[in-house]
Amino acid sequence: MDIRHDETIRELRPQAPQHVWPDDSLARVPYWVYRDEANYQREVERLFCGATWNFVCVEADIPNKGDYRTNHVGAMPVIVVRGPDGEINCFENRCAHRGALIAFDDGGNVQNNFKCIYHAWSYDLAGNLRGIAFEHGINGPDGVMRGGMPKDFSRDQFSPRKLRTTTLGGLVFATLSPDTPPIEDYIGSDVLGRLKRVLNRPIRVMGRFVQPLPNNWKLYVENVKDTYHASLLHTFLTTFRITRLTQGGGVLVSPDGGSHSSYTIAIPEGTNATAYKDQQIRTDQDGRFALADPSVLDSVEEFGDHIQLQILSVFPSFVLQQIYNCLAVRQVVPRGPDKMDLVWTYFGFDDDTPEMNRRRLKQQNLVGPAGFVSMEDGCVGGFVQRGTAAADDKVSVVEMGGSTAESQATRATEASVRGFWKAYRRHMGY
Amino acid sequence: MDVARLVELNATYARVIDNEQFEEWPKLFLDPCLYKVTTAENVARGLEGGLIYADTRGMLEDRISSLRKVNIYEGQRYRHIVGLPMVLGQANGTAEVETPFLIVRIMRDGAMDVFATGCYRDKVKPDSAGALRFEERVVVCDGRRFDTLVAIPL
Repeated sequence: MDIRHDETIRELRPQAPQHVWPDDSLARVPYWVYRDEANYQREVERLFCGATWNFVCVEADIPNKGDYRTNHVGAMPVIVVRGPDGEINCFENRCAHRGALIAFDDGGNVQNNFKCIYHAWSYDLAGNLRGIAFEHGINGPDGVMRGGMPKDFSRDQFSPRKLRTTTLGGLVFATLSPDTPPIEDYIGSDVLGRLKRVLNRPIRVMGRFVQPLPNNWKLYVENVKDTYHASLLHTFLTTFRITRLTQGGGVLVSPDGGSHSSYTIAIPEGTNATAYKDQQIRTDQDGRFALADPSVLDSVEEFGDHIQLQILSVFPSFVLQQIYNCLAVRQVVPRGPDKMDLVWTYFGFDDDTPEMNRRRLKQQNLVGPAGFVSMEDGCVGGFVQRGTAAADDKVSVVEMGGSTAESQATRATEASVRGFWKAYRRHMGY
Repeated sequence: MDVARLVELNATYARVIDNEQFEEWPKLFLDPCLYKVTTAENVARGLEGGLIYADTRGMLEDRISSLRKVNIYEGQRYRHIVGLPMVLGQANGTAEVETPFLIVRIMRDGAMDVFATGCYRDKVKPDSAGALRFEERVVVCDGRRFDTLVAIPL
């Protein structure tokens, strides 16, 4: 009776993808990877339930015992909860009995246990099945106990799947796999340094928004890693020199390719200052577009290193953003092959002055679903999703800066996009 | 405050947006002002951040010039259905008003969807010429999900 039903399903599911990867180059990506249903199922199992670290909440969300948030790891609903000794537990939000959600809100606080509303099975803060309503049956009018679970039923074997958790700079990540390396090794020392550079003290959440996007989740992750597009698509970035490829900066790629950090340094351009004008790049509106109230761009050097813009990703689906003093984490939640949610959490620090708070509120205009910059990232993924509707056997060209995935001291490169595919193919077995 | 005048202010607000006379929109605010788009959830949790946050008329004008000249998005427009304003209080000539809204977004391909519903939480007072203007308009959306992008102000 104690067959693990999830293992049974795994055996029955076909493992072979319907498509094959076209060739060995990291600089070519087949379009079926954004559309194929079987490939999506394989991602759910091999990537999100595999040896990857998935962002589940910020520690500031769950400061006290019993505080919890619900979230998703890929397609899997999870509960992340602060345990009695301050530890953070994460487990699948699926009752071991009939599979109902154990918690069906965004978060809150429970005393000592979660109770499924369907049949009142209960779980402790570590996700262990602790209580079964009428486990030993119930007395009938004749005083005889009937019903209940079999005597040999072993609760231990029917708890929801538990995830290991780790914290880093106030972020909480979770993984189902025992094989996932420590997160410091997983993202590598270069990217780790960039993450700690921003997350150097306690944070406070300033706002949350969800941006459903009409595209495969990987198109958004690629967009985040694509330093080449930023100043070409986003007029706002280019015109106001928030980031241009002519400014100092570069891209750091983790050893496995999957995580990255790109950055722009706040130093004036050199002899290349007219490059955008020379190439008649649309986004260079310098002199033709001016802000009536430039206070939206009033920023102060906050981290002491002249880096005015940094975008960082942790494979497969987490993004940390610093644009001037505008800080946010973004979580990519897949919703099937052709839909995703982008979950924004704007944050500042506990010790922000009122002036810094106001500065962050103003700069938040740059990002999110209505962001002067970010709104365009919301629609380009959909343009690719629609543009490739009949191109399953075609490939995209990801060859700026060569065909390898190492760190580079320029952002006119797609190295970190190739890095994503390097890690993706390894996890997926392609 | 005369509810009929508040209704007229809201009607003008909806009309300039839905008719794409966006340049008229900032003129309905005092300067300085507060225009913020947020969600009921953020308000309930005391989170101050906004999807859009403008505290001067200049910032509102920048939203429009960016919409017109800078941002890239697919053709779309809104249809506002604005409910009746409820005056919650008045002090020093400023009325605190709450008005429900529903916005349908019409995409260039003809698709129509309920894009946002919520409540305008306003502070309204007459400008120097006596016309009612928004000192504050906080757009509190009922849901937290904003499909693809919010280009046009709500």
